[in-house]
Amino acid sequence: MASAIEVRGLVKRYGPLAAVAGIDFSVPTGAVFAFLGPNGAGKTTTTEILEGLRRRTDGTVRVLGLDPWEEGRPLHRRIGVIPQDFRFFEKITPKEAIEYYRTLFHTRADPGALLAEVELLDKIDARFDTLSGGQKQKLGLALALTNDPEICFLDEPTTGLDPHARRAIWAVIRKLKREGRTVFLTTHYLEEAELLADQVAIIHRGRIIAAGTPGEIIRAHGYPARLSVEGSAELAAYLGRELHVPVYAEGSRVEVELSDRRDALRILSAIEASGLPWQSFETRQDSLENVFVRLVGQMDEGALKSEAPG
Amino acid sequence: MNVRHIAADFRIVARSYFRNPLALFFSLIFPIILIGLFGLIFSSASSGPIALQVLNEDHNSPLSVQFLAELNQTHVVQVDVVNDASVTPATFATWLGQNDHSVGLVIPAGFAANLSANRSVNLTVYSNPQDAASAGQVYFAVTGVANGYNLEAAHGTVLIQVPPPQNVGSQVLTYIDFLIPGLIGFSILTSPMFSMVDVTSSYRKEGIFRQLSLTPLTRSEWLVSRILWYVLLTFVSAGIMIAAGIYLFSAHVGVTLGMLPFLVAGPFLFVSLGMFAGSVTKTPESAALIGNIITFPMMFLSGTFFPVSSFPPGLQAFAHVLPLYYVIDGLNQVMLFSNTGLAYTDLAVVLLSGVVIFALAVRFFKWRDE
Ligand SMILES: Nc1ncnc2c1ncn2[C@@H]1O[C@H](COP(=O)(O)OP(=O)(O)O)[C@@H](O)[C@H]1O
Ligand SMILES: [Mg+2]
Repeated sequence: MASAIEVRGLVKRYGPLAAVAGIDFSVPTGAVFAFLGPNGAGKTTTTEILEGLRRRTDGTVRVLGLDPWEEGRPLHRRIGVIPQDFRFFEKITPKEAIEYYRTLFHTRADPGALLAEVELLDKIDARFDTLSGGQKQKLGLALALTNDPEICFLDEPTTGLDPHARRAIWAVIRKLKREGRTVFLTTHYLEEAELLADQVAIIHRGRIIAAGTPGEIIRAHGYPARLSVEGSAELAAYLGRELHVPVYAEGSRVEVELSDRRDALRILSAIEASGLPWQSFETRQDSLENVFVRLVGQMDEGALKSEAPG
Repeated sequence: MNVRHIAADFRIVARSYFRNPLALFFSLIFPIILIGLFGLIFSSASSGPIALQVLNEDHNSPLSVQFLAELNQTHVVQVDVVNDASVTPATFATWLGQNDHSVGLVIPAGFAANLSANRSVNLTVYSNPQDAASAGQVYFAVTGVANGYNLEAAHGTVLIQVPPPQNVGSQVLTYIDFLIPGLIGFSILTSPMFSMVDVTSSYRKEGIFRQLSLTPLTRSEWLVSRILWYVLLTFVSAGIMIAAGIYLFSAHVGVTLGMLPFLVAGPFLFVSLGMFAGSVTKTPESAALIGNIITFPMMFLSGTFFPVSSFPPGLQAFAHVLPLYYVIDGLNQVMLFSNTGLAYTDLAVVLLSGVVIFALAVRFFKWRDE
């Protein structure tokens, strides 16, 4: 399948700071791609380079086969953008805003239908400066859809929104995917990436530290799954002797590493064979969140060590 | 340039404006208040003619006497010829002060001879800066009458034959007549400058320009729609000011088609200048500062409230580099003196600087940063 977005060796420097320090990724057409990272990781910088709003320092970028900085005009007719902090003319209503965009883009978008799609129909005639943060973001989304874009860029579309507004935005993103559009999404919410994205790249300090589907990332960087039962330290010691796999005693629980699901039965038999009391077994899978927190933490520790005077 | 884009953006500007009472107040109500205020101050000050001390060094030549008689006929001043032989041009200023006179005029020796030979003469007016009201009116009366002579000279007529009163060139002009073109110029300057500087810098800060850069709207289209809006606003506010001047203070200004080019070229120039000032600065605060530095001297020194010819020479020279001077001078020429010839020069200056500044504004104005 052709890539909607292709990035090779992308670098962006602000003076001495390399906000993006050489990243590569590609987004297949029709996929939802989540760019996940903490504040200051370089998400907005990368996004705006893809949108043609910032100039890159180095590397190649192709969006729909176009160079965003040099070929912004043709590109902008085919993409929709909701910036991180969407602002618009204060005294203008959502209906007027969409009519304005419709004229500029020469499309027939219907303000009522678009605003209904983002659940903003009740504010169709309210002035922008009276809208709440979530409502403004929804208008941004509706405006980004006026030109029927092939790719939608959403930079932290749900940051700071209440759970209800967040769900409304998620619903629109799912709908965009169903309509066959490519979605490029940045977020620092793990669950958002896990819930919506086909592909995730974790960016930290301008570098991609993990990429793939959420499952792939967990398999590559997460701890192996564990089988856990409630039991004593004595049980832990017994299992350690019997099973030749790592066993951990954590509080009142005993955890056994489960590198293969087929081991589960063998482990349970060993537990039962010990004759010691035990109950309530469960398996625990590392979450994307754990992986993310750990990867970012490791990198920061490494950075601290290498930055330490020596 | 796409007309539909401009029209769509124009609707946004107009709506934003109508929904912002403060902006409307400053563009439409404020000029009326200014006209009313200045009109009242100066109409009450001129309840009687102002006593003007005249030192006639041309030994009461018929032409100088005639000039003074015409000055009297303006009813703005009452000419008092100084008969004290000890007073000379060198001591005149001191003498005025000692005798508590606030305004005086010196007709130089050779006035008649020079005029007849089509050579220029200098009339020196003295005034007390603390009495700016009389000073302005006296200057205005003197330049008004002198202008009648100059016009005649330009037409090649013999100078001694003073034109009849119905001639526009020698028509008696009052301060309020002069004030109307000045205040039209004032609002041509201030209403786009203050809001364009602000809009340009705050739209950039809020990311609205970046938002627009993602649409097919171009920077020139954006600028043109603002210019059209301010042209419209200028037409309305000029109309209001002229009507207020005529009905409230019986001003006699000529409402001619000759005004139109200035009412278009003026906003063209200052919308571009406002946007330029807003684009070359980094923050809204520094933009406002630069905007004020550009606007304030022009607001007062371009002949808005007082004729530039009443300024000291240094300040006059300075006024001539201010673009607003040419807008106001041009409006004066067409509205007060029916002197289209001079107005063409003014218009050329305004248009030329407008084109240059428009080009600079489009050049330096960035939708997106690097
Ligand atoms: N215009 C800029 N000039 C200088 N530094 C910038 C600029 N924009 C972003 N940065 C810096 O680059 C880094 C990445 O920023 P950004 O891309 O906004 O991160 P994110 O969107 O992931 O929070 C940050 O350290 C930020 O301070
Ligand atoms: Mg960001």
